[in-house]
Amino acid sequence: MNMGKPMWRKLAVSLVIVPVLGLAACSSSGGRAPEPESNSAAGTVAATDRIKIAVITHAPPGDTFWDIIRKGAEEAAAKDNVELQYLGDPDGGRQSQLIEQAIDQGVDGIAVTLAKPDAMAGALKRASDAGISIVSLNAGEDRFKELGAFAHFGSDEKLAGEAAGEKLKAEGIKKPICVIQDQGHVGLEARCAGVKKVVPGTEVLYVQGTDMTQVESTTTAKLQADKQADAIIGLGAPITMTLLKAKATANSEVAVASFDMNSQLVGEITKGNVLFTVDQQPWLQGYMAVDSLWQNKRGGFTIGGGKATLTGPAIIDKAVAENITSFAEEGVR
Amino acid sequence: MSSITASPSHKKKSATTDERVGKKSTLSILLGRPEIGALVGAVALFIFFAIVAPVFLSPASLATVLYGASTIGIMAVGVSLLMIGGEFDLSTGVAVISSALSASLVSWYFGLNVWVGIVVALLVSMLIGFINGIILIKTKLPSFIVTLASFLMLTGLNLGLTRAIGGSVSSPSIANMEGFQSAKAVFASSVNIGGIEVKVTVFIWLAMVLIASWILLRTKVGNWIFAIGGDEKAARAVGVPVVRTKIGLFMAVGFCGWVLGMHNLFAFDSVQSGEGIGNEFLYIIAAVIGGCLLTGGYGSAIGGAIGAFIFGMANKGIVYAEWNPDWFKFFLGLMLLLATVVNIVVKKRAESSK
Repeated sequence: MNMGKPMWRKLAVSLVIVPVLGLAACSSSGGRAPEPESNSAAGTVAATDRIKIAVITHAPPGDTFWDIIRKGAEEAAAKDNVELQYLGDPDGGRQSQLIEQAIDQGVDGIAVTLAKPDAMAGALKRASDAGISIVSLNAGEDRFKELGAFAHFGSDEKLAGEAAGEKLKAEGIKKPICVIQDQGHVGLEARCAGVKKVVPGTEVLYVQGTDMTQVESTTTAKLQADKQADAIIGLGAPITMTLLKAKATANSEVAVASFDMNSQLVGEITKGNVLFTVDQQPWLQGYMAVDSLWQNKRGGFTIGGGKATLTGPAIIDKAVAENITSFAEEGVR
Repeated sequence: MSSITASPSHKKKSATTDERVGKKSTLSILLGRPEIGALVGAVALFIFFAIVAPVFLSPASLATVLYGASTIGIMAVGVSLLMIGGEFDLSTGVAVISSALSASLVSWYFGLNVWVGIVVALLVSMLIGFINGIILIKTKLPSFIVTLASFLMLTGLNLGLTRAIGGSVSSPSIANMEGFQSAKAVFASSVNIGGIEVKVTVFIWLAMVLIASWILLRTKVGNWIFAIGGDEKAARAVGVPVVRTKIGLFMAVGFCGWVLGMHNLFAFDSVQSGEGIGNEFLYIIAAVIGGCLLTGGYGSAIGGAIGAFIFGMANKGIVYAEWNPDWFKFFLGLMLLLATVVNIVVKKRAESSK
């Protein structure tokens, strides 16, 4: 574009102007709230010796859902006098290398997600042999025992899909569109399969979840092409927020439902723009994973009786949403 | 340039005049343009989808296709210019998100009018371009390596800073802050044309393509860009300011990233810090389909726009045609391949007919 001197001059001018603008341009609404008095639940810390726990997930970086799991794990670590390492890599091979690294560092416990159980098997065997306690969370309810974990905290994705299907059926929905933001993702495919099991007219739409403009335009295209659709389901809170925009652009009358949560989504449920969301309470998954490892270390406790401990599905509709708005804003729900 | 080397047959026809200033027919001028192959590919794809999915032709659908194309096309403008200038930028996808995050976090953290954040974001975007350019010039490394490094660093900064400042991996919503509505009107509104809502990004995109074409074809700077892309040493020898032009090109890419980043922010109120990864390839693909050579020195801004339009059509057309979604990515790849093959065939025809 503009080359040479003029650009420099413009840059210099804007450098001077910006702070001036800044002084005169304070927003009287919105923005960062003043820091509240620290009233976190972690008032007192356990008197047990400090231990080290690694939470190793398959989370892609920058996902709001995993942020909630992390916060749950951090709260448990703060209460239980635990030094927490939160690590993650969506690639199965690299996730297992993170487990190896944690073993080398001599951690006392490992909490791991088993989205790719076979890739984790070797590293987890080494961890068991080294006497490290293991729990699994979020994914792996059918494999956790054979891989050496003494407990599992998560939701069954298929079950969650079926729960959403039942709720949609009760609302009289016959042809929902299930929007998958990551083609081939086992958990997401299972959710839509669960919905389809209860509502056979379900159709799947794949979008590119890393680009919201493409999510919006592709969904708009689908709603324009398919006039029979009577509902659209987002599989993550930020995706559902974008589906609402696509619905408006396409002038469509479809109902909207969702999976997972964030504060904006809870707001839309209370306003009635979204029918419901299926929550798997990720906060509890993070919290329980760390806390159960600590309980195990401290008193040899186990939980779940050899079965997976389910943290979901929990259906959040308008009636429930009103009670949990403040927690969603805190990032707890 | 092939037009300078006259073929014998050509000489016979216009023996009396110097063939270098001789008039070419309109058709041969048209066929000599870099974007002609892409244009034919685009028309073919358009007709194809018009037949297999009639809903594709409704004005509302076309508006959706144009919107999908514009969000790639805006970046493809800068990326095309840069590619003509002989360089790559792999940091564009995440730089868009960096820009959106800086606008959002600055205005949110300090409680400022969002327009202040927008200006800061513009500075950040231009600075990213400037740093890419200056490192490239100073180290003489290939732009592939330099911008791969900045891609990784920006990905990390997006996540790290967003969490450190906002306490979450997505930026807090700024929808209720002062200036938001006016900024939304500029970057993310819709214009009603004959009852059809057309997103404002479509018009911004077209305006940017026109400006870039004008710069390339009608200004001194445009000549510089072709010159440094064709042969950097020769360009320097004849007095082209190579350093300034290259840095300027990277900053132009930064500017495009800012425009798209602002659209992302004001269309969706908040931005997830992990977004944008992988989009850099879509912008490069658009430029390449549009006739820009990967080696530089040849191409056009309009070509990049047609490339983005082809991508938008293939992307949305598959949905309109209601094909089995399992095969979506396969069809998308096939469309792109066919469009590019048509592009090459037409270009070869055009060159041999000269």
